[in-house]
Amino acid sequence: MAERSFAKEVKKLKLGAGEEFTGEGILAITKALLQCGVGYVGGYQGAPISHLMDVLADSQEILAELGVHFEASASEATATAMLAASVHYPIRGAATFKSTVGTNVASDALANLASGGVTGGALIIVGEDYGEGSSIMQERSHAFAMKSQVWLLDPRPNLPSIVAAVEHGFELSEASNTPVMLQVRIRCCHVHGSFTAKDNVRPAMTVADALENPRRDTQRIVLPPASFLHEKEKISKRLPAAIDYIKRHQLNETFGGSGKVGIVMQGGMYNGVIRALQRLGLADVYGETEVPLHVLNVTYPLVEDDLVAFCADKDAVLIVEEGQPDYIEQALGSMLYKAGASVKLEGKGVLPMAGEYSGDVMLSGIGAFMRKHGSDLLAPEIRAPNVPAPPIFDDLAKTVPMRPPGFCIGCPERPIFAATKLAEQELGKHHIASDIGCHLFSIMPPFELGATTMGYGLGPASASAFNSPEAKRRSISFVGDGGFWHNGLTSSIGNAVFNKNDGVIVVVDNYYSAATGGQDVLSSRASNRTKSTKHPITDAIKGMGVKWVRHIERTYDVGTMRDALKEALTTEEKGPKVIVASSECMLNRQRREAPLKKKAIAEGKRMVKTKFGVDEDVCTGDHACMRLSGCPSLTVKHLDDPLRDDPVAAIDENCVGCGNCGEVADAAVLCPSFYQADVISNPTGWDRFWFGLRQRVITTLQGWRERGRLVFGDVAA
Amino acid sequence: MKFGLPEGPDTTGRIIKICILAVGGQGGGVLSGWVTDVAQRAGWHVQSTSVAGVAQRTGATIYYVEMLPRDRERPNDHPVLSLSPSPGDVDILIAAELAEAGRAVLRGFVTPDRTTLIASSHRMLAVSEKIVPGDGRADSDTVSRRSGEAAKRLIHFDMEAMAKKAGSVVSASLFGALAGSGELPFSREQFEATIKAGGKGTEASLAAFALAYDRTAGAEAPAAASDTKAKHTRDTVVPKSLQRGWETLSARAAALPQPVRELAEPGLRKVVDFLDLAYGEDYLSELERLVAVDSEAEGFAFSREAAKYVANAMVYDDIIRVADLKTRSGRSQRVRDEVRLGKSQTLATIEYFHPRMEEVVGLMPAGLGAALEARPKMMKTFNRFIDRGRRIRTDTIFGFGMLWTIAGLRRWRRGLLRHKVEAAHMREWLQLAEAERGRDYALGVEVLKCRRLIKGYSDTHARGHSKFDKVLGCLPMLRSRGDAADWVRRLREAALADADGVALDGAIKTVRSFADDAGKLAG
Repeated sequence: MAERSFAKEVKKLKLGAGEEFTGEGILAITKALLQCGVGYVGGYQGAPISHLMDVLADSQEILAELGVHFEASASEATATAMLAASVHYPIRGAATFKSTVGTNVASDALANLASGGVTGGALIIVGEDYGEGSSIMQERSHAFAMKSQVWLLDPRPNLPSIVAAVEHGFELSEASNTPVMLQVRIRCCHVHGSFTAKDNVRPAMTVADALENPRRDTQRIVLPPASFLHEKEKISKRLPAAIDYIKRHQLNETFGGSGKVGIVMQGGMYNGVIRALQRLGLADVYGETEVPLHVLNVTYPLVEDDLVAFCADKDAVLIVEEGQPDYIEQALGSMLYKAGASVKLEGKGVLPMAGEYSGDVMLSGIGAFMRKHGSDLLAPEIRAPNVPAPPIFDDLAKTVPMRPPGFCIGCPERPIFAATKLAEQELGKHHIASDIGCHLFSIMPPFELGATTMGYGLGPASASAFNSPEAKRRSISFVGDGGFWHNGLTSSIGNAVFNKNDGVIVVVDNYYSAATGGQDVLSSRASNRTKSTKHPITDAIKGMGVKWVRHIERTYDVGTMRDALKEALTTEEKGPKVIVASSECMLNRQRREAPLKKKAIAEGKRMVKTKFGVDEDVCTGDHACMRLSGCPSLTVKHLDDPLRDDPVAAIDENCVGCGNCGEVADAAVLCPSFYQADVISNPTGWDRFWFGLRQRVITTLQGWRERGRLVFGDVAA
Repeated sequence: MKFGLPEGPDTTGRIIKICILAVGGQGGGVLSGWVTDVAQRAGWHVQSTSVAGVAQRTGATIYYVEMLPRDRERPNDHPVLSLSPSPGDVDILIAAELAEAGRAVLRGFVTPDRTTLIASSHRMLAVSEKIVPGDGRADSDTVSRRSGEAAKRLIHFDMEAMAKKAGSVVSASLFGALAGSGELPFSREQFEATIKAGGKGTEASLAAFALAYDRTAGAEAPAAASDTKAKHTRDTVVPKSLQRGWETLSARAAALPQPVRELAEPGLRKVVDFLDLAYGEDYLSELERLVAVDSEAEGFAFSREAAKYVANAMVYDDIIRVADLKTRSGRSQRVRDEVRLGKSQTLATIEYFHPRMEEVVGLMPAGLGAALEARPKMMKTFNRFIDRGRRIRTDTIFGFGMLWTIAGLRRWRRGLLRHKVEAAHMREWLQLAEAERGRDYALGVEVLKCRRLIKGYSDTHARGHSKFDKVLGCLPMLRSRGDAADWVRRLREAALADADGVALDGAIKTVRSFADDAGKLAG
């Protein structure tokens, strides 16, 4: 079950010809796939394309009606390898993942797929996670297209353009027997807009048809001598075919007037460029401009004739290409030089080489270019700007705290890292290797645990060098259940067994691929109609040959977790020590349980709701508990007491009662300030009887004592 | 004021650019969905974007919406809108929390020529603010002041509290404030229609919306007075038998000089509450002695700090005090209020204790306790039975009774080990402060203030003690300097900056280095 339900969106997938589809970019792509008669779709979740996977997972009925096979692939490599179905059969297939992380994983399959080429259209939709809000290292997908010789689409970021790119992508793929990558950036995936829908199309050949009528062609298999021919064929046949298609269908667009200065841009940069021109007074709100624009909706291959022709009558051309290296600019420079052109080429220089091309970067870059080469077009106040210095808010900069992402309220991973910190307090600091997933938040305060992150499922692998009989300490490495099934089982666990690694491995099992939106994985505990779940991680680990395995069934038990870690770090036993720490992702659990509980209460059923609290007069305000928590719900407040200097702990009403604070206070022997309050709704008669009796006794005892002492209203504690 | 280039003939004037900054989990997505929906229903062109994914997990998150009315002459043309906000180019900035408003200002999204800043004035503290052993909270006044300076118009009140009052979340009250601001040309009904179409928790959302709408559309003057918290004040209840004693003590406290009295009155309540009237008398006698030799020219600063920290030192945190605080009727009521216990509901409370032998020994008569403490082996053996987490149900007769009984040991406190230790420690510290005051008045005051370092329980308490000792251990190096008081203050602040004492150790190193230099010069 994914974090978000797409029941509403699924209905949009059924829209027919002429109806207006309104929604997110990524959903428009999903709809476009069905309109193109796609035969199978697979992928691996991750922002910004998670919603594509989630909405397909929720629309099994529609897919079944159309005969479309949907696969929640084990990894991006799996998803790309699946496109092999389009090698011999004229079936359209699509794979999707986050890039470049996913493209890195997929590149083995991608290279093989690209070598032999495809018969049916093969589309790889990559969510380009670059710039603000990205959670990964910053790289470009462009290089993958170039090295594997697959075509790269980068459409303008509006729904009609994206949908057209999907349609052309399949046709281009078929016309040139080459897989096509469709690149969409984060904001484009989440842009809200509309387009006119078409009817969904049942694939001409389904995967079932193909299974019933198997085909093969040795020439398309990657093995010498065919592979040598593939390499030449890419250039002699497929590339010209692609360029021909691109030109014939005018996939690249030219806008604007016939001025002497022009701009060439990646399609994805279009809105940013137009906004800069609008602010410079050179374009109207509808994007109409006198400045000639050449929009590369296909960024690889480049169409040399078109580009040289666009530049032919210009004095200067700016190339707007986000990220580095500047592949397009280099290529364009080479083309122009060979053509003997005299146009002045600008690009990186007025624009920064690296980093996102945000609004202010575009405005200053394009502004600088226009002032330099096209100042006659500019209004006087822009030609010679009198820019006031931005205000300096040093005091504010010092005041506003950083707010990096962190563990959610009630997250079951928090106690794992609290326990790790406590184990380190006793046994000293250790080398800790982190992995990809929510658990990577451990590197931030308050835990500050973890030295490296080397890729999905590669946490323990990244600690594999730290295996020495000369050292008394062991390494600790983390891997999530998502990463574990993605490739951690072999790359990390198998590797540790085979190489007799003596380190400690913690598998953080929260029942989902949680960081990507709560998709199911093999070890998910819930039943899934179309997927096989409930495969225990511990079984897989034992099957891999690990002898020392401990399973913590409730991560909130900080003491047990700490003791397991201590044992793993000190036991005499050789080989990897694996602790599987399991508790359900709280975000998903709340989403699952909260409506049920609400309903049960409304129906008059007995329900217990737990919340934690702090006795403010017992709390001394040392905040030791916060340093082992970082829970958004556990905060501080100032008491109206002149005798107190420091704010005390407080738990706000968003507390979900996970128990971490109390457990940590106990395990770390912090303080007795925490209490747990269980509110029982619709109590039974028995509950009520005991509650009444106890209250009477307690009130009596309190009365006795308080009659003999001064009782201060606002206890000055 | 603009950032970057001036935009003379900007053609995007008709586009309304709205940026929302929220903390992951605050409902920023819902709010941007509403804003988009209201424009869409009005037949406008609208585009919204966000950055989703793991970045949203409790971190600073940004949403962006652009909208403009349809042009009757160009019904089929689509505007080209931006996917992200630009500094100096935002009309309405909605911040779901105060520090996020500050972040928006820093990023240049709030400018005095055009931006209406709608910000909830409440704080959601960042982790970095909470983990400091002292007070690490960002200064809200700086953020409010700078936000006001940066914005063309500032709409600024606690929308979180308002939402809570209506049983809703902050996104609803922010939406109400946006509607009430009149910055968007849509009617109240249009905004409400959007909420109604959402379907979920509609009534509470509408209620929160209405409160914020009215507040914003009505008087915009900061109604600070209405924000003062309704304090839950109860009078002091004095049993007849203690009335005369209490009145005498109160009169003595009232007779202290004004600056001292301000703290001596709550201090007196605190120590009497801890033990009894006699203890209060000890406290006042101590203060009267200090006041007698204090200087009015110094504003009685020494006695004033003593009034505060002597009370804190006399009221140490032992098991008896914890048991006492957890078994009072006022506490029962507070818990019930906090969980909003309904008439038909019942409640169970569980206390998280983890006593160790050290605390138990403290509860023993001084002689016995000290004898036991001198035998580490025996301590270790006994500790095996004591040192474990204990969950005590204070809603049951047994659990409550146990704590109530322990709280009753209060009357014998003076004879217990912990009391002797604390009293001796206090005496030593006070004597040191008085001695320093004799030489350097300001230094004496600072020594008193170092008491702030002692807090927490068990290990945290021990760490606090060690920091206290470390800071005061620098006195011999500092005493001869004119700025000794200032240095003690700096050392204390360093001690409160982090838990592991890294900042303190660094500061002590500095003190040592100049002490060594001075030594060399003298030599």
